[in-house]
Amino acid sequence: MLEKATITIDGKKIQARYGQTVLQAARENGIYIPVLCDHPALPPEGACRICLVEIERQRTLQPACTFPVSEGLVIHTRSPKVIEARKFSLELLISDHPLDCMTCEATGNCLLQDLAYEYGITGDRFQGEKHQYPIDASNPFIVVDRNKCILCRRCVRACAYINGVEAISVFYRGFNAYIGFGADSTMQDSPCEFCGSCVEVCPTGALWPKMAFGRGRPYQLQKIQTVCTYCGVGCQIELQVRDNRIVNVFGVENAPVNHGFTCVKGRFGNDFVHHADRLTKPRVRKYLLESGKRDGKDRGEWVEVDWDTALEIVSRKLVETRDTYGSDATGVLTSAKCTNEENYLMNKLARQIIGTNNIDHCARL
Amino acid sequence: MGKVLNLEDLKEIKAKAVSLLATRGVCADPLVKVVNGKADVLICGGTGCVASSSRDVREALVTEIKKQGLQEEVRVILTGCHGFCAKGPLVVVYPQEILYCQVKVSDAPRIVSETIVNKQIIEDLIYKDPQSQEQFPVYHEIPFYRNQLRLSLRNCGLINPEDIREYIARNGYIALGTVLEQMKPQEVIEIIKDSGLRGRGGAGFTTGIKWEITQRSPAKPKYLVCNADEGDPGAFMDRSILEGDPHSVIEGMIIAGYAIGADAGYIYCRAEYPLAIQRIKIALSQAYEYGFLGKNILGSNFSFDIYLREGAGAFVCGEETALLASVEGRRGEPRPRPPFPSIAGLWSKPTNVNNVKTYGLVPQIILHGADWFRSFGTKNSPGTATFALTGKINNIGLIEVPMGITLREIIYDLGGGIPKGKAFKAVQTGGPLGGCLPTEALDTPVDFDSLVQAGATMGSGGMIVVDEDTCMVEFAKYFLTFASAESCGKCVPCRIGGRRLLEVLTRISNGEGKPEDLDEIEYISNNMKEASLCALGQLTPGPVMASLRFFRPEYEAHIYEKKCPAKVCKGLITYRVIEENCTGCMVCKRNCPANAISGEKREVHYIDPNICERCGICIEVCKFDAILIE
Repeated sequence: MLEKATITIDGKKIQARYGQTVLQAARENGIYIPVLCDHPALPPEGACRICLVEIERQRTLQPACTFPVSEGLVIHTRSPKVIEARKFSLELLISDHPLDCMTCEATGNCLLQDLAYEYGITGDRFQGEKHQYPIDASNPFIVVDRNKCILCRRCVRACAYINGVEAISVFYRGFNAYIGFGADSTMQDSPCEFCGSCVEVCPTGALWPKMAFGRGRPYQLQKIQTVCTYCGVGCQIELQVRDNRIVNVFGVENAPVNHGFTCVKGRFGNDFVHHADRLTKPRVRKYLLESGKRDGKDRGEWVEVDWDTALEIVSRKLVETRDTYGSDATGVLTSAKCTNEENYLMNKLARQIIGTNNIDHCARL
Repeated sequence: MGKVLNLEDLKEIKAKAVSLLATRGVCADPLVKVVNGKADVLICGGTGCVASSSRDVREALVTEIKKQGLQEEVRVILTGCHGFCAKGPLVVVYPQEILYCQVKVSDAPRIVSETIVNKQIIEDLIYKDPQSQEQFPVYHEIPFYRNQLRLSLRNCGLINPEDIREYIARNGYIALGTVLEQMKPQEVIEIIKDSGLRGRGGAGFTTGIKWEITQRSPAKPKYLVCNADEGDPGAFMDRSILEGDPHSVIEGMIIAGYAIGADAGYIYCRAEYPLAIQRIKIALSQAYEYGFLGKNILGSNFSFDIYLREGAGAFVCGEETALLASVEGRRGEPRPRPPFPSIAGLWSKPTNVNNVKTYGLVPQIILHGADWFRSFGTKNSPGTATFALTGKINNIGLIEVPMGITLREIIYDLGGGIPKGKAFKAVQTGGPLGGCLPTEALDTPVDFDSLVQAGATMGSGGMIVVDEDTCMVEFAKYFLTFASAESCGKCVPCRIGGRRLLEVLTRISNGEGKPEDLDEIEYISNNMKEASLCALGQLTPGPVMASLRFFRPEYEAHIYEKKCPAKVCKGLITYRVIEENCTGCMVCKRNCPANAISGEKREVHYIDPNICERCGICIEVCKFDAILIE
C-alpha cells in the first residue's frame, strides 16, 4: 500500500499518510475543522456531526474524524452544505440544552458555547421538548447534570479506554438516550473510581467537580502547572487557583507521563493542602530537647522546632539505636509519595549506613 | 444418519428422498407428477396461520385421519408460510393440490371424508375471487399464485421445513456438493457476479463484488453474517423463508463461506421470531448431522460453522455495523463507514453481511447458472423481488414477482385490488424508511433503480397499500414515530432531528400547523439526510419527504384550512349526529367510552365535541348512518 496519499482540502493539495483520518491530515497542515465529540486522547466516535466535510464522490457528508485518507480525495471543509449541516446539529443540540450559560460552571470552558459563538447559534431555531433530568450529586467529587449532556460519549470512551473501568455507558435509545453509570444507578453506586477522566474530557458542564462550584470563572482562576505530590509517577497537573486556594485540578494535556489524565487522588485529593490539621513545620517531643530521658510511659508534649534540630535528633537516635542494639533493631518504611530518587536514597541509608535490610514501602503493604 | 462424504452419496440420498415428495408431484426439477394413491395434507405453519390456530387444525386432522384408519396412507405435514396470509389457516390436499382457505377445527372431518376419501372438493372452503366471484380449487391456479415467480419462496409451503430430506429431495445441498467438488472459490464468485445478484436487504449492492472485496481483504479469519433482523413493521419475507425453507439460507451461507474463505458464519435473527429461530436451530443440527457443516464438509478440506445470535429488539440492529456490534455483545449502534465490514467487520476482521433472501438465492444460481438467473427480472435488477403485501388490499400476504413488474400489476393482479370498492391512494415501499408513491406512479417498474427514481426505495420488501380513507400526514407521522423511536441516539441529526421533525408533524396533524412548517420539514429532512450517521437517520425523513412531494395539498389543507381531507386527524374533525337520520335508539350513547353522547330514547342525540375522543365507535355501531365526521 502507498505510504503517502495526495489529497486536496479546500483547493490546497496536501500530502497525507495512509492510516490517517481526514481530520488528522487537516490538522497537520494547519487546516481548521471544528470538532465536538472528537478528543485527541480517545478513539473517534463520529457522533456529533460537527466535523462533517464534503468529500467528492461520497453520497452524503462525512465526518472528518473517522474518514480514512486515500489517494485523490477532494475535500471541502467550508462549503455551504457543510456549514448548514454543522449549524443544524448545533441548533438541535441547543434546542435540548438549558440556556443558563450565565450561571453555568463551564462558561468560558465549554466547547458547545464556543461552537455556538462561532456559528452564531442563538437557541431559538427549534422549539420542542427539553429533557428535565434530576441532578446526580450522590458522590463527594463529581456532579452529573444530564440536562447539559450532549451525548458526545467522550466520558464513555475515557472510562473505557483511559481508566479501563467501563462504569459509564449509554442507556435507552433515540431522544431518550442518556449517559448512565453502572447498571443505571447513581455514579456513587456504580463501579466508578472517581478518577475524573470523564470530567477532564467533558466538553460542557454536564460533569463538573463538586469542589469547584461557585468558586470562579476560568478567567478569574490562576493556572499553575505542577507535579502531583501523591506518588512517584510524576503526573503533571494544572492547579486552578483563586485567592491561593485550589479550585479545580486538571491533567496537563501534553504531559509525557499522564497525557492529561490523573487518578482520583491527584484530581480530587487536595483538601489536605489547606487543612487545619496539616503540619507545616517539624515537631519533636519536649523531653528530647531536655534530658533526652522519658518520664515513665508518658511521652510528653510536642514542640515545634526547625529542620536542623529535628534531623539532628533523628540522626542521633538512629546511631544510638544501631550502636546499642545492633543494625537490625531499626526498620525503615518509606512512602509512595516520595520520588524514586528519594526512595533510592532511603534504601541506601538503611542498608549502607544503618546496616539493615529491614526496609519496605507503603505501596507493597 | 452418518455424515455424507461426497456429492455422489448426496445424490443417492436425494434419489431416495424424492419419494417423500412423490404425492406432492414436485419431486425436483423438472416437474413430474407422480401420484401413487396416497395423500399429503399440508398445513401452513407460518406465524400468521399459527396465530389463527393452524396447529389446532393439524391436531384435528391427525385425530380424524386416525379415527378413519388412514394414518398409513395419509401424512399430515406442517409446512412453512404459503404466503396467502389473508386466507389462513391454509390447508393444501395433495395429490389433487386443492387449497382450502380459513380452515377451522370443525372442518377436519369433512376434509378427510369428502376430499381425501371421496376425492370431492368442498365448495365453501375453496378460494373465491372477490371481484369475479370465480372459484379456484387448485392451489397454483389462484390469481394470487398464478402471477408469481417463486425462486426465494420455491420451497415455502411445499416441504416440511423440519425435515432435511425433503429439502434434499428438492436438489438441496447439491449446489454445495458441486461447489466443493468442482469449483474454485473464485469461480463461485464469478458466477454470482455474472448473475448480477444484488443484495436483497434493500440497498441493492452487487453481491458478487461484495464477496470479492471480502475475499481479497488480507486479514484473517474472515466471517460471514446473515442479516435476519427483519424489523420493518408489516414485513415478513425473511421470517417466512427461515420458517419455511431454512436450509436454503444455510446452504447459501456455506457456499458464500467457501467462496470468500470464511471460517464461521452468524445468523442474526430477531428474538421476536421464535418459530424461525426454532426452525433454524433444527436445520442447523440436521446440517451438522449430515456433514454439511463442521469439519471437512462433504469430505472436502473446507470446514465451516454457523452460529445463531438472537437480536434483542432494536430496529437499528438491521443496519450492518449495528448488527455487528450486537453480535460482538456491545450496544447495537452503527459506526461510521468506511471501513466497510468487508474490510473490518466482526472483531475488526473482514466480514460479509448479506440478507436472508440473498443467501437463499445462491444455491439456485449455482445449480442453474448465471444466465438462468439473468433471464428473470430486468437488466440491472435480475431475478425476483419478494414483498410482504399488506394494508388496504384484498390479498394480504407474501409474494414473489420478477423484477420489473409494475406496481399496478402487483396491487391489482396479485393483490386483488382495494377492499370495499375504495379508491387506491398510495403505496409505501421500503418500509418505514422508504417512501410512498401515488396513483400516477402505479406504472413504475419494481426494481432497485426505478423505485428510487420515482421517489421511494426498494427496501427489504415491505409494501403497504393505503386507500382514500388514509390521511397522508398521519401516515407519514406513523412511520416517523416508529423511526424516531428506533433511533439509537448516537448521532445528533437523528437523535434530536427526528424528534423535532415529529413535533412539526404532530403540530400539523393537531391543527396547530404554521405556514412556515412546510419549509421547516424540508430543512430538517434535507439536513438529516445529509448529516446522519447511518441509513436509519438518513432515511427517517423519507416517508415525510415523499408524502410532502406527492400530497402537498393535503399538508396545506391541514395548515391553512385546518381540515383533514381524509377525516382522520383527531384534532381537525368533529363527530356530529345527522338529526334527520337519528332514531334515538341510544346504541351510540351506550357504546361511547367517553360518555360524550347525550339524548333520551326516541329523541335526537347530541355529541359533545369537548368530551368526544374521536374514537369512531359511534359510527361503527350506528345502524342508521346518522353520524358523520366533518
